[in-house]
Amino acid sequence: MPSNLVEKYFRTEKLPQIWCPGCGHGVITRSIVDAIDQAGLDKDKVCIVSGIGCSSRAPGYMDFNTLHTTHGRALAFATGIKLAKPELKVIVITGDGDATAIGGNHFIHACRRNIGITTIVYNNNIYGMTGGQYSPTTPKHEKGTTAPFGNIDKAFDICDLASAAGASYVGRSTAYHANLTTTLVKNALNNEGFSLVEAVSGCPTYYGRKNKKGNAVDMMNWYKDNAVTAAAAAKLSEEQMAGKILIGEFKNKPEPEYTSEYQKIIDKLAKGR
Amino acid sequence: MEKYEVRLSGSGGQGLLLAGIILAESAIIEGKNAVQTQSYGPEARGGASKSEVVISDEEIDFPKVRNCDILLALTQKSYEQYNHGLKDEGILIIDSSVKVADTEKHKIYSAPILESAVNKLGKPMVTNIVALGTIVGITNMVAREALEAAVLKRVPKGTEDLNKKALAIGYEIAQEAMV
Amino acid sequence: MKKEARLMQGNEACVEGAIAAGMRFYAGYPITPSTEIAEISAEKLPYVGGKFIQMEDEIAGMAAVIGGSLTGLKSMTATSGPGFSLKQENIGYAAIAEIPCVIVDVQRGGPSTGQPTCPSQGDVMQAKWGTHGDHPVIALTPSSVKETFDLTVRAFNLAEKYRMPVLLMMDEVIGHMREKVELPDPSELEIIDRKRPDCDKDKYIAFKPDEDLVPPMADFGIGYRYHVTGLVHDETGFPSNSTKVADQLIRRLVDKIEMHKHDIIQWEEENTEDAEVIIFSYGCVSRAARTAMKALRDKGVKVGTFRPITIWPFPEERLLELAKKVKTIIVAEMNLGQMVLEVERICNNVTKIDRVNKVSGDIIYPEEIVAKVEEVL
Repeated sequence: MPSNLVEKYFRTEKLPQIWCPGCGHGVITRSIVDAIDQAGLDKDKVCIVSGIGCSSRAPGYMDFNTLHTTHGRALAFATGIKLAKPELKVIVITGDGDATAIGGNHFIHACRRNIGITTIVYNNNIYGMTGGQYSPTTPKHEKGTTAPFGNIDKAFDICDLASAAGASYVGRSTAYHANLTTTLVKNALNNEGFSLVEAVSGCPTYYGRKNKKGNAVDMMNWYKDNAVTAAAAAKLSEEQMAGKILIGEFKNKPEPEYTSEYQKIIDKLAKGR
Repeated sequence: MEKYEVRLSGSGGQGLLLAGIILAESAIIEGKNAVQTQSYGPEARGGASKSEVVISDEEIDFPKVRNCDILLALTQKSYEQYNHGLKDEGILIIDSSVKVADTEKHKIYSAPILESAVNKLGKPMVTNIVALGTIVGITNMVAREALEAAVLKRVPKGTEDLNKKALAIGYEIAQEAMV
Repeated sequence: MKKEARLMQGNEACVEGAIAAGMRFYAGYPITPSTEIAEISAEKLPYVGGKFIQMEDEIAGMAAVIGGSLTGLKSMTATSGPGFSLKQENIGYAAIAEIPCVIVDVQRGGPSTGQPTCPSQGDVMQAKWGTHGDHPVIALTPSSVKETFDLTVRAFNLAEKYRMPVLLMMDEVIGHMREKVELPDPSELEIIDRKRPDCDKDKYIAFKPDEDLVPPMADFGIGYRYHVTGLVHDETGFPSNSTKVADQLIRRLVDKIEMHKHDIIQWEEENTEDAEVIIFSYGCVSRAARTAMKALRDKGVKVGTFRPITIWPFPEERLLELAKKVKTIIVAEMNLGQMVLEVERICNNVTKIDRVNKVSGDIIYPEEIVAKVEEVL
């Protein structure tokens, strides 16, 4: 029952949220609280941290310990919280620009440490809040207000980046695949170490309009028709996969978690006394 | 008032920073005041390095050496760089490898500090402790017991005997240098 | 109990003071000449159940410190010029979100990479204006190893009491020098902890100030679920676009310090009763000033010294009183004239002001101050 989730986990007096009509962020945010609900987490022990951008406004609407930080720095703030108080379940909500441009360094190092933070990147391939500039995930040749003649940068694959940097759980979903998002976030929450879920989100206002992707419904349909699971992708050629979005769980390899490793040092020193 | 302004100079890696710390600590063990400062370049090894110690019965305001009473120079380069700061009646203690200028007017003690660490002890890493034994042996600015206590407090465990020996050799070559 | 005299480095005294004050979280990035503060924290914190983390950069170090403090742990970071520049972004965050924390800047020569192993006082105006926007600042500056211990404790106390970042402005000389110290017994120290809410959890208004303008602060994770943001926010902590709310918030943050400045401001003066000239200095330069004053007094010159211990807020009331009595104030500092601007602002029409400045990477020597005093007399 969606309304129950809203009542239980949102600061309803702060609604409606600021996102544009047709934005995928609301759907993803609902999937996150759905996952929190299914994981049976205690609201008092959940801390949601964000940076700056459209996605980073999400925690303001969510009834937990919430921290809206500076641009790109959410993971660094979250690292402080998690290390200082490991009993907290720390969730970071961030965007493609926030996580992989200005926060790129924090992102790869949080992955590398395998610190127990669940990170959800709302990837809408654009800077929405500042009005449609290209981001590190804007596909090559597509347009943004700062790429009026087409973007010549090569785009990041956020999941590959996280995986290579050492995240122990990695998966991707889209705003259309709400149930998959919930499942991935729930699995991510159950992983002790660093988890990354990329949630592809439609921005009809800027990315969609700049790049002639149609309206919000068209964008949702595009995700439905072009998202391919790893199993299905295995049967497709490279040409057939071009332009498609690979979704599903890509990595689930638990490794020792950072704050647990630190606690071992404290315990060892305490014993040695 | 008894006050010593001491400059220990040589090249990075010779352990002069630690020597300065030990010298200052030995003064504190004696109940005096001491301040130790340092200056160094970006290199962890090599380059020119100096460690300064001011020892006084009274409170020490300015922490750096202004009128150097005692200069230790373990290398030619450090002698040339820091000798000008030594006051006229100051004491210059050099390693015997250092060649002093013909115009040198300071009271000079030359001792085989580097060579003793290598040949008598087989451990160049105790050069700094040999040097401490030498300069304190010559100047008596702190008591030998205080110096030894400070050495033992600051050197790695398991090297106490080696460092005591190094200190003794420093005192020995100090006596020879004063003859 | 007789206290043991120890030879201690300034950076070491900083960590000793921090742990005595209750520091249990440190996040930072290595940078000369502050690195020993990170190294010693890394070694000591796990023994007291505290946490240390070396972050990927200076910005992250400051961010993690804010995160640590939000969970209730007393938190600190240390850096030097280049890192202080990078930390400004999140120092501003700590100011607007009212997060208690301590930032140590062991000043070295700048700008940019400058002179990493040399002392400077080139960051004192950055301490005041480094982060954008109007914001409250408390900055303390020690001139000895013992005082580094004391002021680190005080920095934590002020941070906790007024819910804000507090800056400890050291310099390379004070950070690296070793001298004799006798540390107080921990039981003798006054330790202040932040005000925490005692209201019902659903009645907590996270940024509603008490009469002292400081809102009680709840630790994250104990049931007071609230929102913290770097945006202008109302008393509930949620962002607001209201011009009235913005004006109230920024004024309260600044007034919080103005209201308590007499509790915050400290200075030291010596031989000012009959002084014709006052040497104004802070940090390591004060040691040269004191030597200079003694030498001049020996010659019969009526010289006194004034040393702000709190540089921000600036001890302007007392300095103005003194300015009315003396012929000249000489401001000696290891920059091309920063705090002198503040001295001039306060005392310009009252007395003559002169300067001794140095940016070579060497400390100011007593002789340079003596020469200036003799020149102005």
